[in-house]
Amino acid sequence: MREFYGKSLPNGFMLGTAQYPSPAILADAFKRSGASVATVSLRRESGRDRAGQDFWQLIRNLGVHILPNTAGCHSVKEAVTTAHMAREVFDTKWIKLEVIGEEDTLHPDVFGLVEAARILSEDGFQVFPYTTEDLVVADKLRHAGCEVLMPWGAPIGSGLGLNNIFGLRALRAHFPDVPLVIDAGLGLPSHAAAAMEMGFDAVLLNTAVAKAGDPAAMAEAFAAAIKAGKLAKAADPMEPRDMAAPSTPVIGKAFLE
Amino acid sequence: MTEVTIIGAGVAGLCVARALLDRGADVVLVDRHADAGPHACSWWAGGMLAPFCEGESAEEPVVRLGCEAADWWNAKTNAVYRCGSLVVSPARDKSDLVRFARRTTGYREVTGAEIANLEPDLGDRFAKGLFFETECHLTPRLALARLRASILVDGAQFVQDDADPDEYAQRGLTIDCRGFQARANLPDLRGVKGEMLVLSCPDVTLSRPIRMLHPRVPIYLVPRGDGIFMLGATMIEGHAGKHVTARALLELLSAAYALNPAFGEAEVLEIGVDSRPAFPDNLPRIRRVGNLIRANGLFRHGFLLAPAMARMVTELIFDNKTPEVMDETAA
Repeated sequence: MREFYGKSLPNGFMLGTAQYPSPAILADAFKRSGASVATVSLRRESGRDRAGQDFWQLIRNLGVHILPNTAGCHSVKEAVTTAHMAREVFDTKWIKLEVIGEEDTLHPDVFGLVEAARILSEDGFQVFPYTTEDLVVADKLRHAGCEVLMPWGAPIGSGLGLNNIFGLRALRAHFPDVPLVIDAGLGLPSHAAAAMEMGFDAVLLNTAVAKAGDPAAMAEAFAAAIKAGKLAKAADPMEPRDMAAPSTPVIGKAFLE
Repeated sequence: MTEVTIIGAGVAGLCVARALLDRGADVVLVDRHADAGPHACSWWAGGMLAPFCEGESAEEPVVRLGCEAADWWNAKTNAVYRCGSLVVSPARDKSDLVRFARRTTGYREVTGAEIANLEPDLGDRFAKGLFFETECHLTPRLALARLRASILVDGAQFVQDDADPDEYAQRGLTIDCRGFQARANLPDLRGVKGEMLVLSCPDVTLSRPIRMLHPRVPIYLVPRGDGIFMLGATMIEGHAGKHVTARALLELLSAAYALNPAFGEAEVLEIGVDSRPAFPDNLPRIRRVGNLIRANGLFRHGFLLAPAMARMVTELIFDNKTPEVMDETAA
């Protein structure tokens, strides 16, 4: 099991805390998900005068690792400021780093991402960068100090699943020792199972659970899928092949004249 | 005669006062301000009486209890417009409309032509929408003013005082309807910040509230007549500061602009911000400790749920009937 900055997690489920119908439903979804990490976005405005503390306390009460994120930040400076605020509020070095480059797809600004990752890593943060499946960017993030990478499955909130299987497979093969988390774009538990079967260490999702008709039930469904995918990967799945391979030998089989 | 002191003259307090007077109680209404105004959450309300639309994200009691609202408000204030409400989404966010439809009841699907027929100023901008024909809206400040006037005419006494409900409760039956101001006494009450604008845009005419769906910035526009519109509202976990952020303004206004570019010419008459009082499940609660009843947690459903809340408080006092939103555990 690959460790996340020295912490091993009991499962590969990271769940976001935004967009739930109510905090009570959010807490219920976490209970049924068994997720080991909660991501929480910090609005600069609520950080400034600590106006968000009621909600933050609720997140702390979930009793899981907290991974604050810089969601909605469009520049290096904004992301760095938010990360500092998050470290103060949640007393953790972990930061999920998002630097958004394009409004319609919420595509990461990978140039700003690498720069912010370097600044924050040098400042003692343990950075979880939200990136694409681009190998070169991944490599630069590693050199910037990131010990975990979080490639997207598809654009945030799209629910499209794993958009570029080849790219993601290449990334996994390229960084065999780096913990990799599929972050964003998952819509169904089967997407999460597929990611785990491919050998990713965890998945991070939010909208697929929060916007489900029954978020708690969907959280449980994702937990089951993640568990299944992880177990399947560990069980060393068979290799696919082009021709049929009879599961029963033909020789010795009874036949009728 | 039953004597009751009500602390807080926002939508909750006024509705409770009205309902108690209707049952013959002797009512004293206490508020720290002499008049209604921007210090009250209900001052900034949209005034949509839209229980079915709220069902998209709210739990079942909101829809059911909310269905009491329109008739109640109409009977007490004669300020209700029965024009339905319309839900649309930009073409690129049509999956949000599909989801909204799946999560709600009480609507019929309408085509672009039907939308243009209902609201000519939306023209052919939207290919599909949901029409909640039985939903209503009102003008919050007018409704509150009429309710307050009727209460005073019917003999309620008003006292301006920054009251401590516990002190009043030592003297007699007291109902704490202070909303977010009661937070010190209700540790599980939190604030959910909302920001809104009042626009003047005589170029646009709408007959009913319009909700435009968007994954991040859903908005609603409620017509107030005479070219005035209320545009809302953000929903941010955390109690409100004094000011609206630039981001909120940008997002709200650009969404309104997307609804109809004529809103680019609108004048901004007011900018409002306040904290909606909410319990963890975003449902209202009634709690009783001795002589003190606390009615709170109306969240974004002040006008929608205050009539039902008032009925339940009244039934508790006069009929000893336990309200369905009674919170026994907290007492």
